[in-house]
Amino acid sequence: MSDPQESGAWRRLRARPSAVAAAAVLAVLALLALGAPLLSALEGQDPTTYHDQLIDSARGGVPTGSLGGISADHWLGVEPGTGRDLFSRLLYGAQVSLLVALGATVVQVLIGVAVGLAAGFGNRLLDGVLSRFTDVLVALPMLVFAVALTAVVPEEFPRPLLLIVVIGLLNWGGVSRIVRAQTLSLKKLDHVAAARLGGSGPWRVARRELLPALAAPVITYAAILVPSNIVVEASLSFLGIGVKPPTSSWGQMLSTATTWFRADPAYVLLPAACLFVTVLAFTVLGDAVRGALDPRERSRLRVGTRTAGPRPARKQAAAAAPDTTKGAAR
Amino acid sequence: MTADLVEVRDLAITFPGGTGAVDGVRAVDGLSFTLAAGGALGIVGESGSGKSTVAAALLDLHRGTGARVDGTVRVDGTDVLAAPDHALRALRGGTAAMIFQDPLSSLDPYYAIGDQIAEVHRVHRPGTSRRAARARAVAALDRVGIPDAARRARSRPHEFSGGMRQRALIAMALACEPRLLIADEPTTALDVTVQAQILDLLHTLRAETGMGLLLVTHDLGVVAGSVDEVLVMRGGRAVERGPVGQVLGAPREPYTKDLLAAVPRIETARGGAAALPAPRAALHAADRPAAAPGPAADASAAAPPLLEAAGLRREFGRRGRRTTAVADVSLTVRAGETLGLVGESGSGKTTVGRMLVRLLDPTAGTLHYEGRDIGGLGERALRPLRSDLQMVFQDPVSSLNPRRTIGESVADPLRAAGGLDDAEVRRRARDLLERVGLDPAWYHRYPHEFSGGQRQRVGIARALAPSPRLLVCDEPVSALDVTTQAQVMALLGELRRDLGLSLVFIAHDLAVVRAVSDRVAVMRAGRIVEEGPVDAVYDNPQHPYTQGLLTAVPVLDPQAAADRRARRAAA
Amino acid sequence: MTGYVLRRLGGALIVLFLLSALVYLLFYVAPGDPAKLACGPRCNAEQIRQVREQLHLGEPLLQQYLHFLQGLVAGRDYSTGTGVLHCHAPCLGLSYQNDQPVTTLLASRLPVTASLALGAMVLWLLLGVGTGLLSALRRGGTTERVLTVLTLAGTATPVFITGLLLLMLFCAGLQWLPFPTYVPLTEDPEQWAWNLLLPWTALALLESAKYARLTRSATLETLADDHIRTFRAYGLRERAVIGRHALRGALPPVIALNAIDLGTMFGGAMLTETLFGLPGIGRLTVQSVRTVDLPVVVGAVLGIGAAVVLAGAIADVLYALADRRVTLT
Repeated sequence: MSDPQESGAWRRLRARPSAVAAAAVLAVLALLALGAPLLSALEGQDPTTYHDQLIDSARGGVPTGSLGGISADHWLGVEPGTGRDLFSRLLYGAQVSLLVALGATVVQVLIGVAVGLAAGFGNRLLDGVLSRFTDVLVALPMLVFAVALTAVVPEEFPRPLLLIVVIGLLNWGGVSRIVRAQTLSLKKLDHVAAARLGGSGPWRVARRELLPALAAPVITYAAILVPSNIVVEASLSFLGIGVKPPTSSWGQMLSTATTWFRADPAYVLLPAACLFVTVLAFTVLGDAVRGALDPRERSRLRVGTRTAGPRPARKQAAAAAPDTTKGAAR
Repeated sequence: MTADLVEVRDLAITFPGGTGAVDGVRAVDGLSFTLAAGGALGIVGESGSGKSTVAAALLDLHRGTGARVDGTVRVDGTDVLAAPDHALRALRGGTAAMIFQDPLSSLDPYYAIGDQIAEVHRVHRPGTSRRAARARAVAALDRVGIPDAARRARSRPHEFSGGMRQRALIAMALACEPRLLIADEPTTALDVTVQAQILDLLHTLRAETGMGLLLVTHDLGVVAGSVDEVLVMRGGRAVERGPVGQVLGAPREPYTKDLLAAVPRIETARGGAAALPAPRAALHAADRPAAAPGPAADASAAAPPLLEAAGLRREFGRRGRRTTAVADVSLTVRAGETLGLVGESGSGKTTVGRMLVRLLDPTAGTLHYEGRDIGGLGERALRPLRSDLQMVFQDPVSSLNPRRTIGESVADPLRAAGGLDDAEVRRRARDLLERVGLDPAWYHRYPHEFSGGQRQRVGIARALAPSPRLLVCDEPVSALDVTTQAQVMALLGELRRDLGLSLVFIAHDLAVVRAVSDRVAVMRAGRIVEEGPVDAVYDNPQHPYTQGLLTAVPVLDPQAAADRRARRAAA
Repeated sequence: MTGYVLRRLGGALIVLFLLSALVYLLFYVAPGDPAKLACGPRCNAEQIRQVREQLHLGEPLLQQYLHFLQGLVAGRDYSTGTGVLHCHAPCLGLSYQNDQPVTTLLASRLPVTASLALGAMVLWLLLGVGTGLLSALRRGGTTERVLTVLTLAGTATPVFITGLLLLMLFCAGLQWLPFPTYVPLTEDPEQWAWNLLLPWTALALLESAKYARLTRSATLETLADDHIRTFRAYGLRERAVIGRHALRGALPPVIALNAIDLGTMFGGAMLTETLFGLPGIGRLTVQSVRTVDLPVVVGAVLGIGAAVVLAGAIADVLYALADRRVTLT
């Protein structure tokens, strides 16, 4: 309960202005997404109705009026070509983005922790099989595979759920590697040996000595996964393989925008800004979480002989880095 | 007397505080001392005394780190703290060179050792050609006793052994012929025989070059044979200063006396641990007669064997790359006796200890506990026996779960055994805490709130919780300061006596082993080279390895240290 | 050393083998009838039956997979109704769309993807390592804060946003650059570079942010090492300490990461290629997914997987070479 390390982490997290600001942005964003139906109703619009009268068919479908057709009825203007209300489309887009990203993160963490624990804890054979499988998975270029997978799944399958499952199933390798490595190094610690000598069986050792210590690295990694999942969802939608058309999504809007960026720049900038701010806020928060949970971030300025404890191997920095490239969408 | 090589006056060093409200940690507090040209001064103190901080201040290594340094430091006439950067750079390595505790991490892993020395040489002798600097580096390596120096100069640090690395670092220090050598715990990371070699090397070099030496160490035995004068530090201040013979032989200050009294002596016959002054923290020890540790010594030969190992062997790694940690070890622990297991790093002593309590499975060999073969038992079959065989670990940091209170750590074996209600478990855990000299009210505190010695007591309490009959202590005091070390050793001796425990005491420190053991086994490269009653082995070692080991141990008497040095030189 | 390389490559081969099985299973057992897909929408039942026979779809799964493996290793014959088409090893099958061997298709797209990857790599290394080093050296100052913000922004911007903004600015707005079309290097090197400049920049901006962060943290970590203290204590200038010793220590992870990134880049940059309309492997994959051209999809996934696995093996070897302390086991 009053775990000394976790409460210290909270304090350190709250002491970072950037973390607080990012959390505030995300809170607002979550409220906007949750309140999408309400806010759209307030504006008097919905995300799917076409407004032909608002677009200039003579100029190929560009919204009439300045700045992408901003007006009292349409607070952020309308979509070129269709005249659908941008404000409500952006709000509903936020829903998709957050739902898919967070859902996928949950899937990734659950699978990753389970597989990592089993590999780290199990015998050599189990570890070998699971590690090899993880290697294969990490080797899969995720975006390509996600694109390919969405192609073979029937149309009837609900798309947001499909996205959660696909992104979740394809990118848990990093979590499981970290959990496995942590478990292996924790297993070597003397207090785990002491627990064994004290008569604890494997489950008791796992529950009492290992799992609590895994929380910090898993949370840290999960915090980095969320923004990467948002980008992956947007990328899939950008490639036209995300949610299906009537539903709106930022990536899909940006995909449409590739044909409109000369005529209607506002249509590029709005979803781009939404996506950018969301990913940035999650990234900043993730960085802050890592800093707060990683004791190594604390000062190493002292010049003295006895800086207790071994320095973590450099290899870890290199080994962890490629995992974060997995989510990289190019 | 204006030509002092080092002159330190009113030195005060404060490190910026962490998150707390305090305005920082005052590591050094109003320290003054001098060192004459060509002299040798030892600064000794326990951890946290500020001795290394002082050493770093002589080259102003604190510059730019945020630490606040006040006072004056003069080295060879240069006002170090006020010197401009270029003057300071000329001083560093040129006038005064420094060597460090961990020679592996102190050298750049990516460059050949010769190149690193040559680089430093060229910094201080700008006109030197690359070729000349390299030749110079080879010469320096040759001088510190690196065999085949021209070839070895091309090796990287990880290809050297620990002692060779420290020699290489000393070679780097010599490259520019400094007037002062600052050695910060130069032998702490080394085995005792290598330590003796390095100290001998420093001694020779000093005689040859006439450079001054400032030796910082926690080990009083290290200073005894290496310096002329000693400065004892505590809490950032000087406690006592004087000629080495006087400070170590007839100390004036109570702290120095305590410190010296706590040092286990290799030359003292066994019973030393109990003969120590009653440690303040071990409350229970005070009201017991400070006698030799009980009748076990005489009874040991007659007592039945408790644990018998025969032909123990342990290999690590998979096929192709197998290494043998323990080749062939047979030993017997009798009821109520203490068996000392001594050896240098890599000798396999820890692996043996872990096999004895079945934390590691032997690759080959048998293990009998009270006549029953337990070497091949599975984890489940072993569990009822687990409580009889317990272990105390070396590292007081990693041996306690940082996320659980010390009380819960002690209670854990009781809970795992089952059969006791919660209140009873807590009551027993509190009793155990009290038994090892801790306040039972600390039950709900976390490990990080305690010192190393206190944590080690918690570890002992946890090991006692299942009421064991045998305690394997793996380097239980090597991470502790010397006074704390004495207290923990006294506690172990007392527990053994009161509870009738058998102990296997594993350590690299020969003096510590002598102080607590009835019998001793000397390990080398996975085998026991010599075994016998402790006094017999120490006073009349038969195996050449044991003999070498014993002459390498530093002693507190400067005269005796000089004799031993002469004996080593002859050997 | 050689032993290590061989072992590592052997491991990579095993991973690739498992990958092929997994991919094959996923796509050919997945819902949807491959025969129907291969034949096209206007086929009647009889034609579909013929196709099924040609593709051995009636055989047990293991048999089919063995045929597939056989094609990979030794090549394989396909009867196309009118005649027999030999598909040379390594054969990944024929495209449902135009009956071309998948390997040929992939090979024809490789130059585009390679051009994109190599050019972008040069840019991101210069930009990323430079930025990371600078921000490590100027830590605590305004420079570092500005660089940190820029780097964060870089990581937070998906490549299609950067690309769109670049297009808007340089093609539509300032009209300094042409809307990219691929011109082969062999035809006109100047036009090749000129046309690829925007895609390179878009990719490099994204990637360099990652490299900046890695370089910065690796440099700072090395700066905290004991041997840095040694060289400071021996009077080396800060410039020499950092340039020779800190940077050298920071290089191995950067080299390793770069090998991996280059490997994945050879699998095609789907988003970049789609956005800029470059006919590379990534775009081929996306198009095949849209048309459910399974052999091409499977081939692309396997090809990319091979590139990544090999890159991973190469990265490990490079890391071990760059950091001699790593024991080769």
